[in-house]
Amino acid sequence: MHKQIFESYKPLDRSSLIPLLQDIQNIYGYLPENALRDISDFVGVPLSRVYGVATFYNQFRLTPLGKNIIRVCRGTACHVKNSANILYALESELGIKAGETTRDKQFTIEVVNCIGACSIAPVILVNDDYHGRITVKDIPKILKKYQ
Amino acid sequence: MEKIVLPDIKDFHILDVYLQHGGYTAAKKAFTQSPDDIIDQVKRSGLRGRGGAAFLTGLKWSFMPKTTDKPKYLCVNGDESEPGSFKDRQIFEYNPHQLIEGTIITCYAIGAKVAYIYIRGEYHKWIKLMQKALDDAYANGYLGEKMKEKFGTDFSCDIYIHKGAGAYICGEESALMNSIEGKRGYPRVKPPFPAQNGLWGCPTTINNVETITNVPPIINKGWEWFASIGEPKHPGTILFGVSGHVNKPGVYELPSGTLLTDIIYNHAGGVPGNKKILCVIPGGSSMPPLRGDQIEGVKMDAESLKAAGSAIGTGGIMVMDEDTDLVKVLARIAHFYHHESCGQCTPCREGTGWLEKILKRLIAGKGSVSDLDLLITVANQIEGNTICALGEAAAWPVKFMVERFRDYFEKRVSKEISLPV
Ligand SMILES: NC(=O)C1=CN([C@@H]2O[C@H](COP(=O)(O)OP(=O)(O)OC[C@H]3O[C@@H](n4cnc5c(N)ncnc54)[C@H](O)[C@@H]3O)[C@@H](O)[C@H]2O)C=CC1
Ligand SMILES: Cc1cc2nc3c(=O)[nH]c(=O)nc-3n(C[C@H](O)[C@H](O)[C@H](O)COP(=O)(O)O)c2cc1C
Ligand code: SF4
Ligand code: FES
Repeated sequence: MHKQIFESYKPLDRSSLIPLLQDIQNIYGYLPENALRDISDFVGVPLSRVYGVATFYNQFRLTPLGKNIIRVCRGTACHVKNSANILYALESELGIKAGETTRDKQFTIEVVNCIGACSIAPVILVNDDYHGRITVKDIPKILKKYQ
Repeated sequence: MEKIVLPDIKDFHILDVYLQHGGYTAAKKAFTQSPDDIIDQVKRSGLRGRGGAAFLTGLKWSFMPKTTDKPKYLCVNGDESEPGSFKDRQIFEYNPHQLIEGTIITCYAIGAKVAYIYIRGEYHKWIKLMQKALDDAYANGYLGEKMKEKFGTDFSCDIYIHKGAGAYICGEESALMNSIEGKRGYPRVKPPFPAQNGLWGCPTTINNVETITNVPPIINKGWEWFASIGEPKHPGTILFGVSGHVNKPGVYELPSGTLLTDIIYNHAGGVPGNKKILCVIPGGSSMPPLRGDQIEGVKMDAESLKAAGSAIGTGGIMVMDEDTDLVKVLARIAHFYHHESCGQCTPCREGTGWLEKILKRLIAGKGSVSDLDLLITVANQIEGNTICALGEAAAWPVKFMVERFRDYFEKRVSKEISLPV
């Protein structure tokens, strides 16, 4: 499937590696090993360099995640607005810890630091949706939207 | 008060509305003058970088070599990852065309044919909005080959968006260039500065989004006008993002030199429950924190904040009330910089880990007063011994927080104060 994407990257530009990884991750939700190999061949850089880049940036993952990714902001502004409690509540509601995925593969919780929405702190980002000024009580309702 | 960067005009982000209010006339005007003239006007305006270091913008442009057979590049820095900063995002959303116009004028001034706007990857929505504005500018002939005809000039340039992939360090200008080149975001040793050796080894200028957005009005209304706003040594308006314990958190565009207390109590509506302020970080999480009793009379511009013992940074003001547990706040900050250290320099890679560990020990109630001195010692060993300023960003909050709140930290360690948050 990912080989179709390669077509849109021709002629190859020197700055294509990261955008290409982003597009491939959009298809699979992560970067499968065979895709990394194909990228290495296509871009013409060693697999070790592709791997080095894929592990340097927080965005990329080498294993599949849940269908919905919940990012809980624990940056300074959210911290002083009690984001720790939001995280605990999410963890206990879903029965997993930050960094883990629920067994039904519906949700993954990740901790992030400042997502540029400090004025509506505390914030969580579910997939691409910002939920700001939330309280522990809002959590079941938010989760329901994505179930 | 006049707003320069985020004017109160409805639908200003739409090309037609922008045009109705004089949009793209600054670029047209710029093309009738020489690049050196443009650089000179920006120099005289006194515009300083809004990305954190407040470096003189016109001076930085003047470092670009005039004679070179290499292509030149402009990178517009919209990585905006410093906790407490959320201002560039407003520009992507509410004033993208002024940013594009500023980018065109800057390209012309420094002789670049290609500009990259680097936007942090998490800003999905704003990447789309910015792309839409670029598409509209292209479709209407304000960018690319067609601009020659539109503006009646023989200059043309292209602008591309580069999406970040989640790494705070890529906001540092040399890491940003490595990232565009498709590499790991490792900062490079400076000098050579980007004007000598930048993107793909070519002369490059990097400027913050807000900095570039200030350029069109300077060209249109003249440098004298700009230089007369706010504090003479750091003129213009600044976007202040206020967060934490205030009634009206948000982004406020105000003249440089506005009093910090005026911003907190008037613009941002004061502290909920009229509580006392314990601590204010005035410029994003890496800047030295001020005690609540130190903020009276402090003006918000680079020189005044320096004199007050802090720095303007990104203008992200974080307010913490008297019930905040500063040890936990500091531990979060330390965790962040440890996590984001790229690992190239030992003092930063190891030191940030130690800071976090010691602070966690304090939170667990297992620390001692000597740990406070240890924190300062470790911070001092990082500061000044690293490739990039992330080292300082990690060291400063720890060093200054512990020094300025020594009493508080001692009481916390000896469990005289214990707090829930
Ligand atoms: N906006 C954000 O999200 C963040 C901003 N920062 C800010 O970044 C700042 C540090 O940035 P740096 O780029 O390391 O600061 P810097 O002081 O090294 O450089 C500032 C600018 O001036 C140029 N410059 C400085 N001295 C020069 C010289 N002698 N010749 C030619 N050019 C010169 C640099 O190339 C750069 O573009 C901090 O003050 C912090 O506030 C830090 C983290 C995040
Ligand atoms: C760790 C680190 C992160 C940075 N992040 C950003 C950023 O997100 N946005 C930004 O404009 N500048 C950032 N900077 C500052 C840039 O290196 C550079 O000084 C700035 O983009 C220059 O633009 P200006 O002169 O217009 O301010 C960062 C610096 C450091 C050391
Ligand atoms: S100071 Fe830290 S972030 Fe900067 S180059 Fe060194 S290790 Fe990397
Ligand atoms: S600290 Fe959470 S969005 Fe900025």
